[in-house]
Amino acid sequence: MTETAYEHPLMKAYWKQLNSGFPQVREVFEDCMVEALAVLSRDGVSAYLDAAGSIGRLGRGVEPILVFLEEWPSVAQTLGEEALPLVMQAIQAMQKSPNGKAIAPFLQTMAPVARRQHSLEQLRHYLDIALDLMGRTTGSIHGHHTTFPSPGLPEFFQQAPFLFDQLSMEGVRNWVEYGIRNYRTHPERQKEYFSLQSADSRAVLQRERHGVLFADAERKLDIYLRGLWQESEQLVPYSTAFDELRKPIPYYDRLGMRVPDVFDSHNDVTGIDRYRAVLAHMVAHRRWSGQIIADNYSPFQRMAVEFFEDCRVETLAMREYPGLRHIFLALHPFPKEDDCDPETTSCLRFRLAILSRALLDPEHPYRNKDIVEFARRFHDIMAQGESSTRDIADLALSFVARTRRQSDQLAKVHFDDTVIDYRDDNRHLWQYIEDSDDEEFFDDPDKQSSKKPAEAQSLPPRHYPEWDYNSQTYRPDWVSLYEALHPKGNAADIDRLLQKHAALAKRLKRMFDLLKPQDKVRIRYQEEGSELDLDVAIRSLIDFMGGANPDPRINMSHRTSGRNIAVSLVLDLSASLNEKVAGSEQTILELSQEAVSLLAWSIEHLGDPFAIGGFHSNTRHDVRFMHIKGYREHWSDEVKARLAAMQAGWSTRMGAAMRHAAHYLSAQKADKKLMLILTDGEPADVDVHDERLLIEDARRAVKELDQKGIFTFCINLDPKADEYVSDIFGHRYMVVDNIQRLPEKLPQLFMALTK
Amino acid sequence: MSDKEQFKVRKEPFYQQQGNEVALYEAAYRNRLPVMVKGPTGCGKSRFIEYMAWKLGKPLITVACNEDMTASDLVGRYLLEAGGTRWLDGPLTTAARIGAICYLDEVVEARQDTTVVIHPLTDHRRTLPLDKKGELIEAHPDFQLVISYNPGYQSLMKDLKQSTKQRFTAFEFDYPDAGLETIILAKESGLNAEVAAKLVKIGQVARNLKGHGLDEGISTRLLVYAATLIQDGVEPRDACRMALVRPITDDADIRETLDHAIDATFA
Repeated sequence: MTETAYEHPLMKAYWKQLNSGFPQVREVFEDCMVEALAVLSRDGVSAYLDAAGSIGRLGRGVEPILVFLEEWPSVAQTLGEEALPLVMQAIQAMQKSPNGKAIAPFLQTMAPVARRQHSLEQLRHYLDIALDLMGRTTGSIHGHHTTFPSPGLPEFFQQAPFLFDQLSMEGVRNWVEYGIRNYRTHPERQKEYFSLQSADSRAVLQRERHGVLFADAERKLDIYLRGLWQESEQLVPYSTAFDELRKPIPYYDRLGMRVPDVFDSHNDVTGIDRYRAVLAHMVAHRRWSGQIIADNYSPFQRMAVEFFEDCRVETLAMREYPGLRHIFLALHPFPKEDDCDPETTSCLRFRLAILSRALLDPEHPYRNKDIVEFARRFHDIMAQGESSTRDIADLALSFVARTRRQSDQLAKVHFDDTVIDYRDDNRHLWQYIEDSDDEEFFDDPDKQSSKKPAEAQSLPPRHYPEWDYNSQTYRPDWVSLYEALHPKGNAADIDRLLQKHAALAKRLKRMFDLLKPQDKVRIRYQEEGSELDLDVAIRSLIDFMGGANPDPRINMSHRTSGRNIAVSLVLDLSASLNEKVAGSEQTILELSQEAVSLLAWSIEHLGDPFAIGGFHSNTRHDVRFMHIKGYREHWSDEVKARLAAMQAGWSTRMGAAMRHAAHYLSAQKADKKLMLILTDGEPADVDVHDERLLIEDARRAVKELDQKGIFTFCINLDPKADEYVSDIFGHRYMVVDNIQRLPEKLPQLFMALTK
Repeated sequence: MSDKEQFKVRKEPFYQQQGNEVALYEAAYRNRLPVMVKGPTGCGKSRFIEYMAWKLGKPLITVACNEDMTASDLVGRYLLEAGGTRWLDGPLTTAARIGAICYLDEVVEARQDTTVVIHPLTDHRRTLPLDKKGELIEAHPDFQLVISYNPGYQSLMKDLKQSTKQRFTAFEFDYPDAGLETIILAKESGLNAEVAAKLVKIGQVARNLKGHGLDEGISTRLLVYAATLIQDGVEPRDACRMALVRPITDDADIRETLDHAIDATFA
């Protein structure tokens, strides 16, 4: 079977040079060589054969060499033959590590990836990324004496063509980087990530895509609709990344306008302008299109009506804004008149695309007399005014009738250059009297409304991002935070605690009475004041010189009025609070309760809006935030009962809790907003191994809060806190070494901060 | 200073009537009723008063109000001189003496205690007491007080007192409709009507965005600026960017949308 009747002597020499014993290779060898000889130079062919030979001898079976033989010529064609040493180096690196299994997927996707690289430099970047991934994810598991291959690498190679389709080199690098960082120690998750199956893999991919993202353009588009078209409509993006077979197209219905989540620039039209074109087209339909009964038309007729109606509304839109013509024409395909062969292919779609071009483009080059005639008839109708969907449908029907061909029924449809991607699917145009069997009608929201799920009992989780200092990016929606009212205990316990500190309370009260509000207001026209009011003084002097009675009230003074501070106290309720304080019978938790009670009691006296919340966490999926006191609640028995029931457990994911507390604090209407964080240790959680990570996240959260105008201050009970607390809070912290004095310290600190 | 002639409006200002406001104003003036004109900035309030002053042939004294203005800035004050002091009439006093139309522009900008001095002039008394000088001025029979304000600024701090508001008859101005505005642009700048209509269109795009990122739409005054620039030979898109977009917003999204509107209009 390996013997052919006749073999060219040159082929024989090549075969010899290849030096491969695989019979499967023999079968395809000649075909591969024909292609190789056509595109490679003499040296190139020689190097090709040597490389293929050595790949065959790697001991990885027949697959790698077969793939290489088949793929290389086309790779060399796009990137040049100089790429070979690079590729061989990469293969050798994989061969030397335990990752030999990745060689086949690597070679398999080599050609599609290469087609998207365009330069050797780019290819080098790609290989660097891949080898970096390999190096960092190959490793040993503690206790085993073997090294394990990278679980993600073969998946990565398989996804590479898709990735480069969606992302720039930079984007791929970031995406890979994210996967390595977060799933390095978790082989199963890593596999899921690199095979694009996990949710955050897709989320990161989405974030890194090139082009104009809907999320970035949303406000501009809202303004565009409102400003230029006086419309306001919900814009709903759909994803274009994951539907390879059937690309969704824009449409609108009662629930809003659907637009793609990203637009690249195309034919010199920027992404944002493509969005605008889509919106302009839909708005034009809304403004000028009526509905027609669909049941009377054949599918071909409907298609023609849609093309004509699209052109009509676009013409009207261009009357309104002539600049749209330039954008529409740039985005509209320009089919060549003779591209479609009516003998073998169904050309109706193609004819309509040509006609559509001719209707919009006054300088179209088409000479077909039907096209020219219908373009003229269309413009005649439009010259009389806006026309109507009905009238234009009649014109469309006569166009279909005039140009009908037998071949329109053929199954092979000419699709090239006929897709006009800024136009919507025209579902609004048709009114169906009888429900069709189309799928969409099964999920009519009207019919489903009866089956609404029962309303959830608890609040849904809130998602907060987390800062990853390694990559200087946010992990989107990383933390799930559940909030609830704290369960109640016995309010009398708290009263007893306050009783215990009655003397201290009395002292505090005196101090609070002294604590004056701090808004400065100028009082003018004072006979005695702190400063001379120059304007008034001069006026009085003139009066005096002029012989009139001068006004003696020439001073002004300052008065402070209106305390305007909102305070949020965030309590760390992690397990370490259960420890006993050295030299005392009380736990940190009990002391915290005393301190918080005193503080709450004092602030109640001052009348500042004040909230208390406690948090703990058990991995990023379960951060609990318990409300103990709300801003509008008074220091009542109910609040005391909640405070009395406070319990400690789990870990400290501080950043998420701060962001959540800030969410409520920033909604308070106060000039000054203060967030006090009472904690006994550094931020940590059981699912985070990098101990810097949550510290850096908390530091980031402090910065975010600063930007929102919230002043954060940390009261730390950890004697070793100096190592990290200033990293998070800067100078805004106090370490309370002697925890027993906390009940006294906390209110004092509050006063010092707000004086 | 109190030369009546220097306050006369000599040349006819261009004013395009929007409704029957000219006749109404004439009626108000005949009966010497105080007048208030309200409306967004740059819609023609001041121009209207100037035009009416010209039409009635009366002198016009305009005072631009600001928050540092005191009552004596309106009424007058003593000045120091080598030999003692000298009284100087303020613009309001001058107007009351010579029988001019006194126009207090953007009166809400002035402090509330300042605006109270106009009260005695705006009711049946028609007098202005100068307490420092110990003089009571009877207003000249031709004297009339006009104030303008822009309700768009309205905030808690900047509103007129009810006692002030209820002393005036009022005109509400707004940007003219598209056709009229086109005529105004064409007349003011000499621009042809077709380009003027396009400018008006851009103006309307911005007015649609009022309250959605813009505090005020593009005023007729800015449109006239743009028209003037274009008439001077400036490329229309540049003129629009310079006169219409850049002045009114620092918001990048809105700027970009308006730029797009300009490109879409001037194809």
